[in-house]
Amino acid sequence: MDRQARLIEHIPRLRRYARALTGEAARADDLVQDTLERALAKLDLWRPGSDLRAWLFTLMHNLFVNQVRAAGAQAHCDLDEAADVPVGGNQLDALALHDIHAAIARLPAEQREVILLVGLEQFGYAEAARILGVPLGTVMSRLARGRERLRQGLSAEPAARLKVVK
Amino acid sequence: MRDITEDDLHAYADGLLEPGRRLEVEAWLAGHPEDAARVRAWAEQNRLLHEAFDAALNEPVPLPLLRAARLRRRPAGPVWRVAAAVLVAVGSGALGYGLGLQAAVEPAAHAALPREAALAHVVFSPEVRHPVEVQAGEADHLVAWLSKRLGSQLHAPDFESQGFELLGGRLLAGGGGPVAQFMYEDAGGRRVTLYVRRDAAARGGTGFRRAREDGVEVFYWIDRDLGYALSGEVARADMQRLADAAYRQISR
Repeated sequence: MDRQARLIEHIPRLRRYARALTGEAARADDLVQDTLERALAKLDLWRPGSDLRAWLFTLMHNLFVNQVRAAGAQAHCDLDEAADVPVGGNQLDALALHDIHAAIARLPAEQREVILLVGLEQFGYAEAARILGVPLGTVMSRLARGRERLRQGLSAEPAARLKVVK
Repeated sequence: MRDITEDDLHAYADGLLEPGRRLEVEAWLAGHPEDAARVRAWAEQNRLLHEAFDAALNEPVPLPLLRAARLRRRPAGPVWRVAAAVLVAVGSGALGYGLGLQAAVEPAAHAALPREAALAHVVFSPEVRHPVEVQAGEADHLVAWLSKRLGSQLHAPDFESQGFELLGGRLLAGGGGPVAQFMYEDAGGRRVTLYVRRDAAARGGTGFRRAREDGVEVFYWIDRDLGYALSGEVARADMQRLADAAYRQISR
């Protein structure tokens, strides 16, 4: 199958990831479109036989990071370190909505990316590390922190939520 | 035994451990209920993510995205037109003007059946854990649901004697309306899909035909008001056996 057909084949999965990453269908499709355009422009750099899907997700990650950076002040809140500040009572009530959409959107972007690449897109940890351009250990720590935050956020039991506030 | 690490627990929840290590982690979890609860919660998160976002896989792909994936320095090839036929909902003919889409969205496009089917096969068959919308466990519900959406009674053929098991099915948007896709897998993990769409264009049906589309073997035929295409990246002889079985069961 030629390269162009191979790009088309990956659109549904790029859309799924972008939708979950940005939380907004229109913004997600813009991101997919930018990714495809960049992929076409650089298609000659892609080595046939290597993983086209991972390469496309790498391009999308780079574009997404630029967007987050461009969002300016917002980006500071997205830093991993800032994310470990305990969440307060009001935020927890909102998190208790059992809403995976909301819970995912509340994660810092770095943790969200890892959780989605692994949990939704089924990349291995080493592949996720390559896509994000970070060491494997960083992927594992973001995964662990993100999953714990999600777990607390999705938990229906008041007792479990109280534990976080403590 | 190596100590069980936090990374092992995540890999267990993600199904990424090799069998030996998996057993060791299971033994550990049996004695550590708090860890077991965390691991269950993580696996549940993965499940929720699929529930929330897998729908995006089934939506027709908007035209600007198809256009963005198109090489500009080459004229639109047949694959491109077929992709559009598969992925663009009916009525978008006007939007397709100037993109070489016109031919593909016209009703007489039933020659495109094998190409549509092959494309849908390559899009969905590589999905590892969620290749289908409705699992085979709910086979009755699956067939009833897809029949209702296509407005025709469907049958999911039984390929057990050929060594393939029904995984489930999904609903797709085709060039001419809704399309059902049933997916089967054999013990070696090879997958074949049966693509079924309404095909009123060819009344009375056609015989059995064979095509090879970009490495995918496709056997297709039209029976009454439905067009069928069986696709797989498996040997032609195997495909032939499966297609014969499907044909026999469906036109019975």
